[in-house]
Amino acid sequence: MSTSVVLAILVTSLATFSSRLLGVISSKGIKETSKLFRWFNCLAYSTLAALIARTIIFPVGVLSDASYLSRLIVVLFCLFIFFISKRNFVYPTVISAIMMAILNSYL
Amino acid sequence: MINKEFFFKGFKSILAPDSPALALGCCFIAIGALLKNLGFNIQESVFSTMLTYALPGSLVMAESLLVGASLLNIFLAVWFVNARLYPMAVSLFPLMMHKSQPKWKYYFSCHFIAVSAWLIMKSNYKDVEKKHRIDFWIGIGCATWTTAIIGTFIGFYASDYLDKNVMIGLAILNPIYFLCMMVGAMKTIQITASVILGLVLGPIFYFLSPEWSILLGGLVGGTVAYFIGELNVN
Repeated sequence: MSTSVVLAILVTSLATFSSRLLGVISSKGIKETSKLFRWFNCLAYSTLAALIARTIIFPVGVLSDASYLSRLIVVLFCLFIFFISKRNFVYPTVISAIMMAILNSYL
Repeated sequence: MINKEFFFKGFKSILAPDSPALALGCCFIAIGALLKNLGFNIQESVFSTMLTYALPGSLVMAESLLVGASLLNIFLAVWFVNARLYPMAVSLFPLMMHKSQPKWKYYFSCHFIAVSAWLIMKSNYKDVEKKHRIDFWIGIGCATWTTAIIGTFIGFYASDYLDKNVMIGLAILNPIYFLCMMVGAMKTIQITASVILGLVLGPIFYFLSPEWSILLGGLVGGTVAYFIGELNVN
């Protein structure tokens, strides 16, 4: 393994693990019925939603090569499938990949 | 030690029909292929997934390496993207803390905090007695972590056979799956408001600061949603 890549991986894992560990340490003494817990619950859901929106609208990696229009169509269509399939997670997920690959060839 | 019954109950949860295993595995296939294209070897690719186990962080590291960023820059960029894991941990671990369980289980298993495992645990924790929730969580974490490693391995060796359109198709799987899971979790006013505000504010804050957008979107959206929920209850 090349040293720089290994160091980058170690630095990345350290940056990631620190947030996880600090979260566990902070959890001590927080009751699941407390207001503080409810606030953190809201923060977690909201942060995840912000991350998902950013991943779709301002993606990093190969997804950035797909057009905005194709991403928008896939998201809206998959949400539609999600609701008409009685909130099944698998159908929209599988359809999203197939649809994205096809749309990216034409849009 | 770890209770085997609850460990395997958690481990098997990824075999459920609506489990995130498929989406998670496909996304790590894309990561494995991406890392190979960036010049990583198989050991480095698998090592990266094993130690980091956070998809956005791995992507940021790969992009940063590509532009020749310093280690400090990589640390800060990854920390900003993965700081979401902090509120995720604080909103999950109080549900699993039990005085009869040793502390090492909590410190060890925090490595498994990722969107997929977190959402599975949030959906299922009420079905498990609090004393055994940590063993159940370790089972879920081991299963999703193993899926990610296998996905990376497959992606690395399949990269020569995956064209750009397939890679893009694999890359959209995870956000769509998580979006559906988040929409599916919108059962209370607080969570509904949290998700909607996060989805709206995250991209808006991106125009102010790309690095801080996720944290700011989560902090502002989550806090506003919390007060909306509290006012509604009162």
